[in-house]
Amino acid sequence: MTTEQRTFAVLVDNEPGVLARVVGLFAGRGYNISSLTVTEVDHAQGLSRITLETSGTPVVLEHVKNLLYRLVPVHSVADLTSYGPAVRREMALIKVCGVDKQRVESLRIADIFKAEVVDAGMEHFIFQISGEPEEIDRFVELMRQLGMVDISRTGVAAISRGAEVALK
Amino acid sequence: MQSAQADKSEQKLLDEPRCGARIIIDCLQEQGVDVIFGYPGGAVLPLYDEIFKQNEIRHVLVRHEQAAVHAAEGYARSTGRVGVVLVTSGPGATNAVTGLTDALMDSIPVVCLTGQVPSYMIGNDAFQEADTTGITRPCSKHNYLVDQVDQLSEKMHEAFDVARNGRPGPVVIDLPKDVQMAETRVYKTKDQVKRRSFQVVTQPAVEGIEAAIAALSTAKRPIIYAGGGVINSGPQAAMALRQFADMTGMPVTQTLMALGAFPASHKSFLGMLGMHGTYEANLAMYNCDVMLNIGARFDDRITGKLDEFSPNSIKIHCDIDPSSINKSVMVDIPVIGDAGEILNALIAAWKSGGHALDAGAQKKWWAQIDAWRSRDCLAFNQDSGDAEIRPQHAIARLNAAVKGKDVYISTEVGQHQMWAAQYLEFEEPNRWLTSGGLGTMGYGLPAAVGAQVAHPDSLCIDVAGEASILMNIQELSTVMQYRLPVKVFILNNQWMGMVRQWQELLHGERYSESYTDSLPDFVKLAEAFGGKGIRVTKESELDQAIADMIAYDGPVVVDCCVVRNENCFPMIPSGKPHYDMILNDEDKRAKPIEGSGRNMV
Ligand SMILES: Cc1ncc(C[n+]2csc(CCOP(=O)(O)OP(=O)(O)O)c2C)c(N)n1
Ligand SMILES: [Mg+2]
Repeated sequence: MTTEQRTFAVLVDNEPGVLARVVGLFAGRGYNISSLTVTEVDHAQGLSRITLETSGTPVVLEHVKNLLYRLVPVHSVADLTSYGPAVRREMALIKVCGVDKQRVESLRIADIFKAEVVDAGMEHFIFQISGEPEEIDRFVELMRQLGMVDISRTGVAAISRGAEVALK
Repeated sequence: MQSAQADKSEQKLLDEPRCGARIIIDCLQEQGVDVIFGYPGGAVLPLYDEIFKQNEIRHVLVRHEQAAVHAAEGYARSTGRVGVVLVTSGPGATNAVTGLTDALMDSIPVVCLTGQVPSYMIGNDAFQEADTTGITRPCSKHNYLVDQVDQLSEKMHEAFDVARNGRPGPVVIDLPKDVQMAETRVYKTKDQVKRRSFQVVTQPAVEGIEAAIAALSTAKRPIIYAGGGVINSGPQAAMALRQFADMTGMPVTQTLMALGAFPASHKSFLGMLGMHGTYEANLAMYNCDVMLNIGARFDDRITGKLDEFSPNSIKIHCDIDPSSINKSVMVDIPVIGDAGEILNALIAAWKSGGHALDAGAQKKWWAQIDAWRSRDCLAFNQDSGDAEIRPQHAIARLNAAVKGKDVYISTEVGQHQMWAAQYLEFEEPNRWLTSGGLGTMGYGLPAAVGAQVAHPDSLCIDVAGEASILMNIQELSTVMQYRLPVKVFILNNQWMGMVRQWQELLHGERYSESYTDSLPDFVKLAEAFGGKGIRVTKESELDQAIADMIAYDGPVVVDCCVVRNENCFPMIPSGKPHYDMILNDEDKRAKPIEGSGRNMV
């Protein structure tokens, strides 16, 4: 069977151990998480939203979704992929070191990708870029050739398209 | 943070502050707990102090924390209530892990209280510190580290709610010593606690029931495949199962976990299915056209080779746990809900629709089933007099002796467990206590302790193997202390019989480390603990030995010496389809098992 990539959104109680439960469920079964973001989204109710990307066969992915739902602190689970292509965004900070032509070139490319300079010195820039993860991949690939020395990515935040709310 | 925030305003404070340990006892009492299985240690001394000061809750002192959990499981399975365990930090908690995993695999409701080092020392490698919530996260349904005494009552009640509802399971509450000693005036009653994130669907959706009835009512070769969910749902679910089978005339098979849910004496009962199930049950599963799985989970012991599992049937899967659906077998009609509620809905829909199975097709199907039955797959030959006892015969005679009695039977793990499943006839749920999912040797004796504590006047028997019984033999001391008249019936074949059987069938008869040398004298062993020991070696003495065991007013160990090389049949070797059963030793020679099945367990 072919493997597919999925984006799951999981609404959980923001309590100690909840992330370990979610991650442990993947690790214990040998499934891989390619991207993971977690932050409290409702301070009054103490709810966090976990967005995670994983891949597997459709059967395995359906099973993963059910297992997530089985965890006690989980309120709801949505497979955002099943609502059509979800809006997926990521932010990255990229440090590039170099001189002369490399510097000029990195600035030019950053401009094309609408990356912002958030820190600069005589021998470095730090760019901030946000967009679809695949676009960030492309930007990173170019920067790598222009002296990228460090990178930090946030992981994917995602939400389903249209008026419907996937995560109830 | 999460639950019961709304009613905070209504919450009354206690007039006098109480320590955490006392709050825990209060919660247990409010939950109706009458017994705790436990073992003390430094990190739970405040709790033991509170136990000392009260009389409502009994404490049963086991001899190993694993046994505490199994005893709580035996209590829970035989009563339908939540079993409660109390152990200390570090080694107490790690010793409990096998029991917790066992309860998780078999969906048994248990609340396990573990002591923990004081919260300000957590993470410092303090004496007897273990990361209990970390260790038990994958082997509990849920767990808590309560680090504030104000939250204690809420977490306690929530733990019971989680353990008991939905698919039941073990819940661990880790209790730092300082929290047990800290004082609070906050006490939430169980009605004030409701976890928002834990919503269980018990009522099945109408569409699911309609689809199931549409398939079942037009079936030509139907079968009901019942699992432990029917037991967990409660005795009324077993009644409903019987009613549905009666009104439809469908044949019923059961998993190891479900034995007793449907009466063994019922004419529609085909026996247990699966690896050591009956010929008729497995062939009926293979050949059926509509399968109603109620509260079972298509375990690998049941399905055999997956792509040849009941290839031509419409499969209806009723389960309270949505994550069980399509886990291993793809089903056509999933129905999420409580087994009893689903059966009630099926009964109502069958009635109101005025359904009846096609009589001609039924006649043919039953004729086919009777033909399979006539193979008499559990037949064996026992010589009388001085002849050695065959293990099947020993169980069959035990069955005859306890027939009609108020009896609870637990087992260890191995061949004896499978023979017990095959030859004991259970007419009611909650009477059969065995470790199915985890297959834990050492389960049976403590489970019998738990059942006997719950049912002091009933006959409680552990059907054991001589290897398994040594894994928790120390519980004979518990048995003596509480004067529990538990009976241990050992089928002593001097081998780890099930291991020996697999080595014979799958590993060229190379019996690596499966023979137990230097076994103890079980009669003297029983006597050393203060119980009665009986040895029986010949067929002619068997019935008397069993009668003496039952009649004795106290604990008994029977060392029933049986034929050593007996194999447990029928057997579907791992990875084989249902029609590929080995029925007996001649059959075994005719069907050597080749390569691929050896990878499986
Ligand atoms: C704790 C544990 N360790 C190992 C096993 C593997 N195992 C399954 S059956 C068995 C042999 C059991 O021997 P015995 O209790 O004498 O029962 P018999 O099969 O001879 O009836 C073993 C070692 C197990 N199930 N549980
Ligand atoms: Mg043995």
